[in-house]
Amino acid sequence: MSDSSISQGAAITLNKLTKRYGDATAVDAIDLNAEPGEFLTLLGPSGSGKTTTLNMIAGFVDVTEGEILVDGKPVYALPPHKRNMGMVFQHYALFPHMSVGDNVAYPLRQRRLPKSERGRLVADALNKVGLANLSHRMPRQLSGGQQQRVALARAIVYSPRVLLMDEPLGALDKKLRDSLQLEIKRIHAELGTTFVYVTHDQDEALVLSDRIAVFNQGKIEQVGSAQDLYERPSTIFVAQFVGESSLFHGLAVDHGAGKGVLSSDRTLHAHRGDARTGAPAALVVRPERIRVQSIDGTAPSGNAVRGRILQEIYLGNSRKLEVELGDGSKVLVRESAGDVTANRPGDLVWLTFRAEDAVVLTSNESPDRPQAADDHVPVFASH
Amino acid sequence: MATVEALVAGPITADTVIDQAAPSKRWGRLGLLVPAGLLLIIGFIVPLVIMLWYAFTDPSVGFGNFAWYLGDAVQQRILLRTFTTAVNVTVICLLLGYPYAYAMVAAGPKLRAVLTLLVLVPFWTSLMVRTFAWVILLQDHGPIQSLLATVGLGQIPLIRTNLGVVIGMSQVLLPFFVLPLYAVMTNIDRRLILASSSLGAGPITSFFRIWLPLSLPGVGAGSLIVFISSLGFYVTPALLGSPGNSLISQQIFTQVNGLLQWGRAGTMGVVLIVITLAILAILALVIGRSTSTIKGVR
Amino acid sequence: MRKPAARMWKGALWLFCALVALWLAAPSLIVIPLSLTDKPSFSFPPTGWSTRWYTNFFQDPSWVGALASSLQVGALVAVVATIAGTAAAAALTRSAFRGQQTVKAILLAPMIAPVIVVAVGLYALFLRTNLLGTTLGFVIAHSVLALPFVIIPVTASLNGFDRRLESAAAICGANRWTTFRQVTLPLVAPGVISGALFAFVTSFDEVVLSLFIQSPYLQTLPVKMYASVTRDTDPTIAAAATLILGLTTVLTLTTTFYIARRNRVR
Repeated sequence: MSDSSISQGAAITLNKLTKRYGDATAVDAIDLNAEPGEFLTLLGPSGSGKTTTLNMIAGFVDVTEGEILVDGKPVYALPPHKRNMGMVFQHYALFPHMSVGDNVAYPLRQRRLPKSERGRLVADALNKVGLANLSHRMPRQLSGGQQQRVALARAIVYSPRVLLMDEPLGALDKKLRDSLQLEIKRIHAELGTTFVYVTHDQDEALVLSDRIAVFNQGKIEQVGSAQDLYERPSTIFVAQFVGESSLFHGLAVDHGAGKGVLSSDRTLHAHRGDARTGAPAALVVRPERIRVQSIDGTAPSGNAVRGRILQEIYLGNSRKLEVELGDGSKVLVRESAGDVTANRPGDLVWLTFRAEDAVVLTSNESPDRPQAADDHVPVFASH
Repeated sequence: MATVEALVAGPITADTVIDQAAPSKRWGRLGLLVPAGLLLIIGFIVPLVIMLWYAFTDPSVGFGNFAWYLGDAVQQRILLRTFTTAVNVTVICLLLGYPYAYAMVAAGPKLRAVLTLLVLVPFWTSLMVRTFAWVILLQDHGPIQSLLATVGLGQIPLIRTNLGVVIGMSQVLLPFFVLPLYAVMTNIDRRLILASSSLGAGPITSFFRIWLPLSLPGVGAGSLIVFISSLGFYVTPALLGSPGNSLISQQIFTQVNGLLQWGRAGTMGVVLIVITLAILAILALVIGRSTSTIKGVR
Repeated sequence: MRKPAARMWKGALWLFCALVALWLAAPSLIVIPLSLTDKPSFSFPPTGWSTRWYTNFFQDPSWVGALASSLQVGALVAVVATIAGTAAAAALTRSAFRGQQTVKAILLAPMIAPVIVVAVGLYALFLRTNLLGTTLGFVIAHSVLALPFVIIPVTASLNGFDRRLESAAAICGANRWTTFRQVTLPLVAPGVISGALFAFVTSFDEVVLSLFIQSPYLQTLPVKMYASVTRDTDPTIAAAATLILGLTTVLTLTTTFYIARRNRVR
């Protein structure tokens, strides 16, 4: 038991990690690694395999295939209690028959630390989470937020080199979540421990993480920093799951140095894109990168699509417009409070955006938009 | 120690429902059933098999005992009496227990605690003690008879009559009716009553249209337990009744203890168990159907 | 909404319930005054008072012996049935296997099977295996009846137990045995303890099986009482009944309060 309060986080490597339940594959041969001291978030909808992955790292779920390495050493043979990891659970999982102090001291008791040192470390951990004087309370006497802080203290008290968190804020309300997020970030910076954090909340992931792995149907769609995922999504799923996106469907075409999307009535271009030429694809733009311009005869140059504003959602610091396109699909446009135009629901407008703000990505679904010539008639006929 | 060690050998997964343990672990956990299984085989299954064996083999192999049983008018009278006694006891429990369970649900927390305690009192009072108390209460010139005499009802024989047996058994079995019914009633969503009255139904209509149908599964379960227990009840009828109006359980006792007619005792045992199982099967069907229709309505 | 008619209905309901409550609780209590009568008869209400029937109870070796046997058998049944029933409950709640419902139904069957039939069969079995009138015989017979009363509360508390706490203990470094001892057991203890209590009380109260498997050398208290009621009008039995009443009441109330306190701690 080293007494260094700055524990160095461990490196975690997942190689072709797979979990199958009968015929169902929960986790499908994923490769992922966490650098020492990194804050890595596993983000995805429920059932995407992120929690199963976390449970395999903790040792609660047997691995079907593949391996888990901690600092290069496989942990396959180690039961959970010998992996020396910390974990925070969604519903706190505090021992209801032990006081706050005893809960936090529990890992130290298992490690047979002398009583005096236990007391010091417990006080230390409770201090870190801001609960210094609640040591004698019982868990049920605490609020949800306080209980989760105790759970956090229990997980960090023995300075584990890896801290796993399974939707730790999922049971709390929005305000509390926001303040605890900042605290978790602070504690991570203080400890230097490797954090693996599971959540389905993309805002949370963006706030906390060094890197985010986006899970979908047992596979990892993309791994990258918050900025990578937001500005350079590599799949449509990521584009839609992380932040909001407006999609323009069509067939991929080559366009100069970049890519383009050809639809029935226009070709749109993007500077980036990986969709195979001729394949169904979507051009993805973030709503705040789209400008709205009223139709006054002259078509704007560059990327421009006609549409009709369906509704307006007022959000205080911005407004969101839902716009129906000629092919019947709907896209979102966000205008920040300083740039709100005079366009109103019912108006026909031009949507414009720059090619450098757009990316063309393969649609896994075949374009379900009708390609017939008369498809845009309902929108445009009224003028 | 091995037992408790195996007890926690379960998969310690947070969110896996499926049993993912290795086959050896699974067998280890099924091994936990061994002590209870052994007890059950020695103390329950083997004795029942012995009774079945006797019924068909003692004194001679065949259906002789059943032929005797079905042909004997006395036995048929006893079987009929056993049935009517069980029906009477069940009806009394229903009449007394339904309002009581309803009051338990309707009461405030303190009163409910008192009512629950009172219904639980018989659970920790020995059956022998309660039956003995009824012997005292029902005896000739006993407290109940003197009470009846002062009211002017004269002498109604109670002890050593079927009436006495029914009174005693109803008191003993009432908690078994109230508790399952109470469990069902607490789960009825009382907003349904409010909804019903907001739609213009009076309290009586609401009760018969909403409350009563929703509490029926509890009535079914309670009646079932009381009725089946009544069929095989021994101590209370033996002490409060008389050999002249005995029930089937007393007959079984007599066949073995007095007459050493193992085969006949076995036959009656088989009859009793077959009837019990038949009732269980029928009621399971009926209750299953009615609860599924209630679920369907929701 | 609240009409006089509704008030009257409510009043009638409460009156009715008071009477039912009286009918449930009061009859047993009459053994207490009867045990203090000064006459050697069951006449009630007593006209004079004495404690001679208690003296009689404790000076008669057959009553004291029966009490001792009952306590001994009850304690053994509490141990045997609690271990077997807890293990079975664990198997039923912790693993999924085919035929689980059937196994559960069979384990609970002694609760509704006509005891008299089991009793005669058991008598035949014990006759051949020389278990009549033995402590072992009593313990086996009573444990079978007690099993469902252990399995039901233990299953309930195992179902109510949050398995994530075991995961939490494991990640804190506790091995399975430690986890069981420090986390699982303290939290399911109320269920196990009430199971043990029910097992003891079931054995302590059991009459029918005991009537068949007794011998003159080993009788339990209810058997002795049964014999006494059918044979004579000796109020010693009322003293015995009062003692049983007192013992089971104290036992149940202590356990109930203990469990209530534990639950409040949680």
